[in-house]
Amino acid sequence: MHRLGPVTDIPVGEGRAYAVGGEQVAVFRLRGGAVRAVSAICPHAGGPIADGLIDAKVVICPLHQHVYDLATGCSSTGQPPLRVYEARVDDDGTLLLTT
Amino acid sequence: MAGARAVEEILERGGRDQYTITMFGEEPYGNYNRIMLSNVLSGAEDEDGIFLNSLPWYATNGIDLRAGVRVERIDRFAKVVLDSDGNELRYDKLVIATGSRPFIPPIDNMHHPRRGYHQGVFTFRTIDDTRGMIRYARDHERAVVIGGGLLGLEAARGLQRHGVEVTLVHAAGHLMNAQLDAQGGAILKASVERLGITVELAARTVAVEGTDRVRGVRFADGRVIGCDMVVVAAGIRPNTTLAEVSGLTVERGIVVDDQLRCLDEPDIYAVGECVQHRGETYGLVAPLWEQARVLADHVTGRDPHAAYHGSRTATKLKVAGVDVAAMGITTPAPGDEFVVFAEPSRGVYKSVIIRGDRLVGATLLGDVAKVGYLMQAFDQGLPLPQERVRLLFDLGGPSAEVSAAELAPEAQVCNCNGVSKATLVKTVETTKTLSGVMERTRAGKGCGSCKALVKQIVDWAAGGAAEEDPSANWYVPGVPLSKPDLIAAIRERDLRSVSAVFDALAGGEEDAKSKMGLVSLLRMLWGDDYVDERGARFINDRVHANIQRDGTFSVVPQMKGGVTTPEQLRRIADVADKYAVPMVKLTGGQRIDLLGIRKEDLPKVWADLDMPSGYAYGKSMRTVKTCVGSDYCRFGVGDSTALGIAIETRFQGLESPGKMKLAVTGCPRNCAEAYVKDLGVVAIDGGRWEIYVGGAAGAHIRKGDLLATVDTPDEVMRLTGRFLQYYREHANWLERTYAFVPRLGIERLRALIVEDCDGIGAGLDERMEAAVAAYRDPWKEGQDPTVPGQFRTALPLVPLPRVPVR
Repeated sequence: MHRLGPVTDIPVGEGRAYAVGGEQVAVFRLRGGAVRAVSAICPHAGGPIADGLIDAKVVICPLHQHVYDLATGCSSTGQPPLRVYEARVDDDGTLLLTT
Repeated sequence: MAGARAVEEILERGGRDQYTITMFGEEPYGNYNRIMLSNVLSGAEDEDGIFLNSLPWYATNGIDLRAGVRVERIDRFAKVVLDSDGNELRYDKLVIATGSRPFIPPIDNMHHPRRGYHQGVFTFRTIDDTRGMIRYARDHERAVVIGGGLLGLEAARGLQRHGVEVTLVHAAGHLMNAQLDAQGGAILKASVERLGITVELAARTVAVEGTDRVRGVRFADGRVIGCDMVVVAAGIRPNTTLAEVSGLTVERGIVVDDQLRCLDEPDIYAVGECVQHRGETYGLVAPLWEQARVLADHVTGRDPHAAYHGSRTATKLKVAGVDVAAMGITTPAPGDEFVVFAEPSRGVYKSVIIRGDRLVGATLLGDVAKVGYLMQAFDQGLPLPQERVRLLFDLGGPSAEVSAAELAPEAQVCNCNGVSKATLVKTVETTKTLSGVMERTRAGKGCGSCKALVKQIVDWAAGGAAEEDPSANWYVPGVPLSKPDLIAAIRERDLRSVSAVFDALAGGEEDAKSKMGLVSLLRMLWGDDYVDERGARFINDRVHANIQRDGTFSVVPQMKGGVTTPEQLRRIADVADKYAVPMVKLTGGQRIDLLGIRKEDLPKVWADLDMPSGYAYGKSMRTVKTCVGSDYCRFGVGDSTALGIAIETRFQGLESPGKMKLAVTGCPRNCAEAYVKDLGVVAIDGGRWEIYVGGAAGAHIRKGDLLATVDTPDEVMRLTGRFLQYYREHANWLERTYAFVPRLGIERLRALIVEDCDGIGAGLDERMEAAVAAYRDPWKEGQDPTVPGQFRTALPLVPLPRVPVR
């Protein structure tokens, strides 16, 4: 379990990249308040996933618009999947991540 | 077929939960594809292969199929149907799809008053007809087919396969006279005769000879052709008997409105060949499919405003072994352009009819390679190539106009994402919409120049069964509204943020792919009153720089009209040194690009540069390219540099549905390439200025259309503002001017923008003025980030593909 700091570091509807235990993780804060975490590098061409546009279900890599499901990591555009991490916010508003 | 298709469409819209469905069919089978009967006749296909829905299908979908039961009458007032078994069935909604019946010209001795049709006489409409013909052909030798249209030709060819000697008799002067002109008909005749079929033209059959069996047919001129079977394939007529006896309005067919409802009958619909809509009856399959969709939308309440507006029919088929495609009119009217190519010895004939630069008719025979392109041009009114011969032939290398069919499977269709024709064809097995195929394969998602070809291939691979894409005319894929409807809804409900739009108009369902387009639209509509949600912006618009392949960014400072100073250059050089910028490059738009800037350095870079943003990222007004102009150039006839700088100053940073690249050039030598810009201004002798719009020199190459020639730079500014605002308000998301201008037509744009025919000019000017006044340099944000971590790196940290340092 890693404490990544206050969830307010991530604006609602955006993502930020964290280095956690030697791994690169993109954490997103959805409009409903939930958080999602996937590996931060697009398997297609190394794009920065944390800079992608999101909705409640998917993130789109900003480089070539490959689409990944935030809950499963699976790509709907034919790419290998992203790894999914378990992320949550505790009562103090701290972002917690399990690698 | 139309009836079953309508039911399928109803089921697809969840109709099973709304209705209990009963289907009556006079024939004792499920429904089958009548078009394929000629293949059954010729032996190319088994009977089993042409059934569309098997009997178990009806059971699985909870449909009560009454096969072999005819409906005798509809009682519109009691809302019941009475069938041939004497039963009554109540209905809430009724769909009539009685199709058509063969047209039988008045011919003596074909009918025996007591015994019905002469035993050697056939029509060609049902499976039973086809079986009868095959049986009879086996032990007879000579057949006459009456009717030289599509059906007659198919019957003739099919019978011939059973070893029968066939004479094709046609009352008109040339074959397929409904689709072909006389010259095309003559070439088709020669092709058909080469197959061993005898053709008699202008021959009106008046009688069948023979009493106990058929011995021949007699023509009006007294000639007799010996034969022992006769097939009547002289066309079809809507089958309206049921509608007539039930008191519905029938003219040539059952009269229906745009919702396929019978006249004055809110609960009775009709669909298919039995229908007369806006005076037209249809015998081709595509219009029936369109009707079935509208009917289903309406009956199920999925879209109560769904309307059928009639179809522009185009056919492509193989008739008696000869490829034929025909669309629109067959004979040119005075003033039409008529381009014809004929090569009778090869059986090839091609003609196109052009009216007002739109394709209004085309005939292709023997070689239909261009049919895909022509059908599109006909259907969508696409602009036509200046060299008309390109309508008939492919000149030079493969282009988007190459027909989908003739492309080799391994041919790369999308050159951006490396997608082959074979991959597209394979994907069509799983999804039949263009957008679905594009989404899965990424084809057409790069520069977009192959989109037309991708569409053709999808249509071709789906065998004409490509599904209409309901989202095709939506502004963005996640909100089911066209741009005008979306704008109206946003204004009416006062929606000022992207999330408000999703909540109000998309059932609260966010859609990542739609966000960028919505941001652009809302910013245009609300200006300063737009409620910004940073997460809705694409990364480029969050950090005001263009993301590169390694996750760094490019920084392009504004350099109006491509004019700079030593002082600016020194500052740029200092910044490049200070941040170890890996590459400094001149852009195509006459600016200087600093590439490889890390996200976290962006604010510092902007501060050190102390120059405004050059907008080399968003979907916005980018740059105005200029030439040296009259100050120094010995050819220049207008001060293009000053005007270009003025235009860039006024319209800097305006967001729009697509990039806007402009240019001003000082003489028609066009050094600033103004002819191929979204808007290009050319100084001409006499102090005047030409304004071109809709040009492009990227993935698409197009010379702009001349919008106006004006006398002063002020007028250039005014018309430029009007055009850009009109484009901002009316173009689809990501629709560049090279598509927008031809879509509307330059004449229409000129009328709207220059002549102000609809009186919208003042409004456009006013809204543009407000947008210009609201301009703020986004690079100022560097000093005061709007959200936490706006410029924090997202680039971690594992070695990424490095762009080589030069």
